[in-house]
Amino acid sequence: MSSSETIPDNTAPRGPWAEVFFSLLRSPTFLVGLGIVLFWVACALFGEHFAPYDPLADDIINALAPPSGEHWFGTDQIGRDVFSRVIVGSRDILTVAPLATLLATVAGTALGLFTGYFKGIVDDIVSRILEAFMAIPVVIVALLAIVALGTSKATVIVVIGLSFAPIIARTVRSAVLAERELDYVAAAQLRHESALHTMFVEILPNVIPPILVETTVRLGYAIFAVATLSFMGFGIQPPSPDWGLSISSNYGMIGGGFWWTVLFDALAIASLVIGVNLAADGVQGALND
Amino acid sequence: MVFLGGQVLPGNVGRAILGPFADQRAVDALNHSLGVDRPLLTQYGSWIWNFIQGDMGTSYIFRSPVAPFVLDALVNSMKLAAVAFVLVVPIGILGGVIAALNLNRPLDRIISLGGLSVTVLPEFVTGIILILIFGVWLRWLPISAAWPKDAGFFMQLYYLILPSLPLFLVLFGYIARMARSGMIEALDSDYTRTAVLKGLPWRTVIWRHVLRNALLPTITVIATQTGYLIGGLVVIETLFRYQGIGSLIFTAARGKDFPILEAGILTIGIVYAVATLAADFLYSVLNPRIRLGTDQ
Repeated sequence: MSSSETIPDNTAPRGPWAEVFFSLLRSPTFLVGLGIVLFWVACALFGEHFAPYDPLADDIINALAPPSGEHWFGTDQIGRDVFSRVIVGSRDILTVAPLATLLATVAGTALGLFTGYFKGIVDDIVSRILEAFMAIPVVIVALLAIVALGTSKATVIVVIGLSFAPIIARTVRSAVLAERELDYVAAAQLRHESALHTMFVEILPNVIPPILVETTVRLGYAIFAVATLSFMGFGIQPPSPDWGLSISSNYGMIGGGFWWTVLFDALAIASLVIGVNLAADGVQGALND
Repeated sequence: MVFLGGQVLPGNVGRAILGPFADQRAVDALNHSLGVDRPLLTQYGSWIWNFIQGDMGTSYIFRSPVAPFVLDALVNSMKLAAVAFVLVVPIGILGGVIAALNLNRPLDRIISLGGLSVTVLPEFVTGIILILIFGVWLRWLPISAAWPKDAGFFMQLYYLILPSLPLFLVLFGYIARMARSGMIEALDSDYTRTAVLKGLPWRTVIWRHVLRNALLPTITVIATQTGYLIGGLVVIETLFRYQGIGSLIFTAARGKDFPILEAGILTIGIVYAVATLAADFLYSVLNPRIRLGTDQ
């Protein structure tokens, strides 16, 4: 940093990011979280190559077999191998949740930049509307949207993305409110740069850290929401081996003692959510240093 | 701040229902939950008018008035939510206070990290794991929340423990974290130092000076979690096959039974508004500064 003060250097912005990167590598919380997430990403990408069985192949004769050497996690009610299903089941949730988060981030950042930059009446109106949106639980919004639009992965992405956008917008807005008082924004305005240019080219790069933190945190919540919607039957549809969906089709039988049909899926969701949250915690720590 | 900043929008339906003293967020929430379903203003107006008079319309599926279904379900949900709240508010606050008093010691780490981990897990995941542990393996608690017909108060309570636990876990983390940070701030403040320096016993300082200030933000968090709790109820009631408002809405959504769906969501909106209002009221009772602020 000290060199950039004496010598004007175009590559100066790299300095802080490299610092963040190295402090991430030193954070055990982040590394553990990242490890868990990468494990599931690997399962999502290459799962079918190392899963012992076809996750969709039924085998009625061996239905509801308890865990054994042959079926590590047992089989479900139509004899599908639970271990293979848990491995491949990461795929849909790891497609839908990040896409929903991406949508939320893009929409939320744009909204936050506009409301924070223009302040005044625009800000008041949009902020009130966003607050009203945030007051409604995601599950209820999703229920209504899915009744209206029908169930599909796209609906889930849009519903979760738009439900989370106001939260990201709020974070971005408060960061922009602080940034817009700084001299470089006044300089851009004096140069007669357009409002769009000032927002996206001047201010945006300076509010990346809070956006990054909010995005990683939201990813955890998106996984939470996708899993919940799948469990409710409003998300990912059969025959996908998705975890939430598997739990919803098997939990009716746990009274009969068939615990293996739901336990491993539940643990898979739990590990993924905790992994993402640990990583998010690490990112937050690294950026706030 | 929100209480003071709440601007009255003229001609606002939610405002008309809730009265001039309602919190802005609550009115917005109600307006939204109303407006989602009924774009036609006149239809909407007459429906609201009927709703106020207790007529919630007729169910498409059951061919009978909606009101009894919604009210029964609401009572059931409130029982469940009450059990969860009665458990989580004192324990959550206690957890946060203990964590703050043991700042950065192992006990604090355990409470903070444990609270955070269970908070981020979906309710149905913790629910399934709890069912497996207490219902299937240990057989201590029933796995369904549907109690026998003539069950008394304690029997009902017994059936509600397991369903309320996942809600408890999610809320525990939030409440404990807020209580903890409120405590840390209050412990660090000048008035606490003054109280200690003027020779008050530590116990009195904590009870009279620190706790009262530390718990203010916690109350707000508890109120905002009501909305969250309602979302959680939909999931938990489905998981435990419990006849509450959440499962009613869920069934109505699946069956496209719009009168029940609308009545259920409006009821939730009202409950949410009342909860927010109650929290604002409690907040102003506990914090004299807000009351002075409104007078000016």
